[in-house]
Amino acid sequence: MTVRDVVEKLGLEVLTAGAGLDRDVTGGYASDLLSDVIAHAEAGSLWLTLQTHANVVAVATLKDMAAVILVNGRRPDPDAAARALLEKVVLLGTAQPAFEVAGQLYQSGVRGRV
Amino acid sequence: MTLRIVNTDLHIHTCLSPCGDLSMGPRSIVETASRRGLDAIGISDHNSSENAPAVMAAARGSPLAVLPGMEVTSKEEVHILALFDSVEQAFRLQRIVYDHLPGRNDPDVFGLQVVVNEDHDVLGFNDRLLAGAADLSVGQVVDAIHALDGLAIACHVDRETFGIIGQLGFIPESLPLDALEFSRNTTIEDARRRFQEYSRWAFVRSSDAHSPEEIGIAATPMLLDGVSVGEIRKAFLGQEGRRVGWPSRDRRERQES
Repeated sequence: MTVRDVVEKLGLEVLTAGAGLDRDVTGGYASDLLSDVIAHAEAGSLWLTLQTHANVVAVATLKDMAAVILVNGRRPDPDAAARALLEKVVLLGTAQPAFEVAGQLYQSGVRGRV
Repeated sequence: MTLRIVNTDLHIHTCLSPCGDLSMGPRSIVETASRRGLDAIGISDHNSSENAPAVMAAARGSPLAVLPGMEVTSKEEVHILALFDSVEQAFRLQRIVYDHLPGRNDPDVFGLQVVVNEDHDVLGFNDRLLAGAADLSVGQVVDAIHALDGLAIACHVDRETFGIIGQLGFIPESLPLDALEFSRNTTIEDARRRFQEYSRWAFVRSSDAHSPEEIGIAATPMLLDGVSVGEIRKAFLGQEGRRVGWPSRDRRERQES
C-alpha cells in the first residue's frame, strides 16, 4: 500500500503540496514524544502525532518515515511546513484523533512493530 | 565593579502551583532559602506569577534576592523557565499565557492553587488550569519572554517528560534559549558529559522545589555584580568577568592557568 492509497482510503488532507505520494507504507507508529519516536519508530512507517513543531520534520527525515499524519485537525507550525517542503517530508492532516486513525490503518492492513 | 559568588536556585514553586506543597508560603520559602545559603531565588509557578510579589515582599529587608518568574508550558508540553527583574514584566507574560491557556482547575484532581500575601494569608484561589499547556509554541514562548527582557531557560532538559529533548527529540538549533537547566538527578559533571552537544548554552542546576525541604537541593553558583536579569545574562554569556561558576571547573581552570 502506498501513501496515496492511505490518503484516499482515510480521506486525509495533503498538507505539503506537490509531495510525492508513491512511497510504500511498511508500518505505523503513534507517539507525541519525539525522543521516543527517534528511539523506536521504523523506516517506511506512517507516524501519527499531534506535535506540529519543525522538529517533527527533522525526526521524520532522520527516521526515513513514509509520511507524518497530524491528527485532531492540527496544522504544522509555519516553519515546519516550510521545512517539510524543503526536505520532501510528506505531511498529512485529519480532523480525527490518533486512536481513530490508527484503528483505520490497522483495518487496512498497516501494522506496527510486533 | 565588585564581582562575588552568588548562590542561585532559580526554579522554585509556591502553593500556587497545583502540585506545590501548601506549606510553600512566602516566608517559609525565604527563610529556608536563606538558611540554606542561597543568595538569589526564582519564583516559578506553572503558567502563573501571581505569588511572586508575595515572596518578594517577604524577602524585603533580607539579603535574599527574589526574581519573579514563571514555568511556562508550551503547546509541545515543553517547560520553559521565564525570569524577570520586575513583577510588571512577569505579569505581562502572565497576561499572554492566560490568554492562551484553556481549561479550569479541578482541585480534587490537580490540587489547590492558592494565591497568598507575604504572611501566607489566603487571598484567593486561581481557577485556571495551571497544570495545562498554553497554546503557544516553544519558539513563541521564548520570543515573548525576550520581548519583555526576561531570561528563557529550558527546564529540566534531562527529564523525558516536559523536558525539551524528551518532547521534541533535540533542541532546535534556532531556538534562542539563554540556558539549559538540569534537575537534581543530574550532576553538572554528568550534564557536561551526556549533553556535550549542547555546550554552546550555559548549564544551570536548580531544585524545582515543590516543598520547603527541596529548596536549594540543586543550586548554581554564579559570579555576578549584584543580582539582576542583565547580570545573569552576562554570566550565561561569560561576559565582563561574569560567569556560571561551578567550583570543580573553577579549580580545574586555576590548575590549568
